[in-house]
Amino acid sequence: MKLKPSTIQGVLTVTVQENRIDAASALQFKERMRDVTQGTAHRVILDLGQVHFLDSSGLGAVVAVMKLLAPDRKLELSNLTPTVEKVFRLTRMDTIFTIHPQAGMAGQNALKA
Amino acid sequence: MRSRPDLPAGPEGPLTLAFPGDARSVRRALRHVIAAAPLCTLSDADRGTTELVLAEVLNNIVEHAYVGCTGRITLSLDLCASGLAVRITDDGLAMPGGAVPSGLLPTNPAAPAATLPEGGFGWFLIKSLTRDLAYHRKEGRNHLSFTLPIG
Repeated sequence: MKLKPSTIQGVLTVTVQENRIDAASALQFKERMRDVTQGTAHRVILDLGQVHFLDSSGLGAVVAVMKLLAPDRKLELSNLTPTVEKVFRLTRMDTIFTIHPQAGMAGQNALKA
Repeated sequence: MRSRPDLPAGPEGPLTLAFPGDARSVRRALRHVIAAAPLCTLSDADRGTTELVLAEVLNNIVEHAYVGCTGRITLSLDLCASGLAVRITDDGLAMPGGAVPSGLLPTNPAAPAATLPEGGFGWFLIKSLTRDLAYHRKEGRNHLSFTLPIG
């Protein structure tokens, strides 16, 4: 599970460099996210632009990471591909997470907020 | 197999395959099915939805029907006028209560984030994305069938 963290002006963006977060990789995703977000900024933006497939296990792992970061830090999402966006919309998780259309935009919005 | 001989099969006919009911074999089977006819002829959106539903159903079989034991899974896909007809069998444990789970959305958006569930979305997604979902058990085998709307 390749994750690329980068911090710009206090906002940590983690780019998932894999095309799937599924039953086989969900646990690893959760553990790697725990590692890269340790002692970080208040806002963490997860860039899912390269993820074309996310199943219910992957969704559960993203929720688990959000709970892991709470209450001091907030997990936001960006760059959802159509199938991944559909999973968040159907399960109404799009009402729980702040979802940004693009990572660059997410960074700007995060700075403004 | 076909009950309506007047409905011709697609140029390729139904795709049928059998594979062991473990996580690695399921992942390999999915990769094959997504790239082969009839799924390779579908739009990206339909293929994505199909892959999601198949992954949910097949992973459930591995995690629940074949918990503590092993066996085979058969998968049949047939593109017809009403959509993609899917039939899946396994020889594992029966569904609890002899029926597919209710598949209610486990999330209450008004509930505090700390109480959000990290699981239970699988059957909700399957039921949201399929039609004519049917399950029965016969001679120690689970039979699940459904249709995925296409287009």
